[in-house]
Amino acid sequence: MIHTLTLADLTVIRGERRLFKGLNLELKAGQALALTGANGAGKTSLLRAIAGLLRPDAGTIAFRDGDGNLLDERTARGREVHFLGHQDALKTGRTTREELGFQCDWLGHTQHGFDHAAEAFGLQPLLDLEVRRLSAGQRRRLAMGRLIGSPRALWLLDEPMAPLDVRWREAFADQMRRHLDADGLIVAAVHDPLPIPVRTLDLGGLG
Amino acid sequence: MSRPSVQREPRPPGLRGATRVLLERELDLAWSGGGGPLLACGFFVCLTAVLPLAVGGDFRTLGPVAGGVAWLALALASLLSLERLFERDLEDGALDLLALGHLPMEAVVMIKALAQWIAVGVPLGLTAPIAAMALGLPPGLAPLTALSALIGGAGFALTGTLGAALALGARRGGLLIAVVVLPLFIPPVVFGAGALERASSGQSPVPALAFLGAYVLFAAVITAFASAAAVRNAQE
Repeated sequence: MIHTLTLADLTVIRGERRLFKGLNLELKAGQALALTGANGAGKTSLLRAIAGLLRPDAGTIAFRDGDGNLLDERTARGREVHFLGHQDALKTGRTTREELGFQCDWLGHTQHGFDHAAEAFGLQPLLDLEVRRLSAGQRRRLAMGRLIGSPRALWLLDEPMAPLDVRWREAFADQMRRHLDADGLIVAAVHDPLPIPVRTLDLGGLG
Repeated sequence: MSRPSVQREPRPPGLRGATRVLLERELDLAWSGGGGPLLACGFFVCLTAVLPLAVGGDFRTLGPVAGGVAWLALALASLLSLERLFERDLEDGALDLLALGHLPMEAVVMIKALAQWIAVGVPLGLTAPIAAMALGLPPGLAPLTALSALIGGAGFALTGTLGAALALGARRGGLLIAVVVLPLFIPPVVFGAGALERASSGQSPVPALAFLGAYVLFAAVITAFASAAAVRNAQE
């Protein structure tokens, strides 16, 4: 299980622009990190780099277990990392039940993962609806279901709260607290402050 | 509010489990998401129905070219739903979800190619002998037509997957796929139509079928690695 995430000397260049250079960071189990910064500062790129979806131009990203052993990157990402982007990765023609089931099955679920996920985000009344009938907030809750249905140590969240109403923001904050209490790690790109104790990394503005 | 405590040990789906889960989803999307088998088969039948209108309905004209025309129509019909393979997954973020599963991207693209064959290649392969017979192909050649179209369909699905991955993220990707993929479809068309040609002149079609099979194996190896690399590149 991922216990420590270490970024060393990380540099990401997109096109002509250098988003960040020589970024160093260590995040341990039970800690959350809020990424802040102007639009285009590189928050999403950093999350995608950690998820292995974007190759950094320099520097390393390392995952270590509780004993300090280096984990194989591919295995760690395939088993221990959740990436919740600003797109919800849902198919509009399929039902909530099918999509939540696929997320849980594909990412590896616990015995009652599906039921826990449906309960945590109030998805039961939506299970037989097609995704195209859901509101933006409902879709986001459905996408978040995978965080609960398939327990993984490191959550990478890109503006997770944006479409949620007050009630579900609180419910999600509750889930984040539980995740940290269970020795999970969270890195979230945010504009509004997160309702949980966090460290903040400001990627600054354009430049 | 009491909720069961978060279980820390997820049950990995295992290689076969993950393969089955993704295959089922891909087949569901192929059947329900428009396009799919009915469209491809309908297009195939229309193409073969237009030919007699263009060159006249005389069986002495149509009979000799029936096998070749069926293969040409097969290749064109196989192009139809290729754009759906990766483009939508890239747009809605599902490709990111697929990248973070237990299976490597090489396996993901091969499962997609397999689903493409099952959803489009097999129905087309079963339609092919009927359409070819309607054009005047001797009924004795129908089983061979179906067999060669099923093998060739696997080749079409594999190289089609490769083309779809390479065209990913390009504007008007559907047209680009056709231009990239059609040249790659030439060998199976040559071998497949050749098998029918040899059989109709009394020779053994086995060498042509062997070449067709060799093409499929070759395409399988290239597609797995090249498509996975193309998909990763498009995700950046």
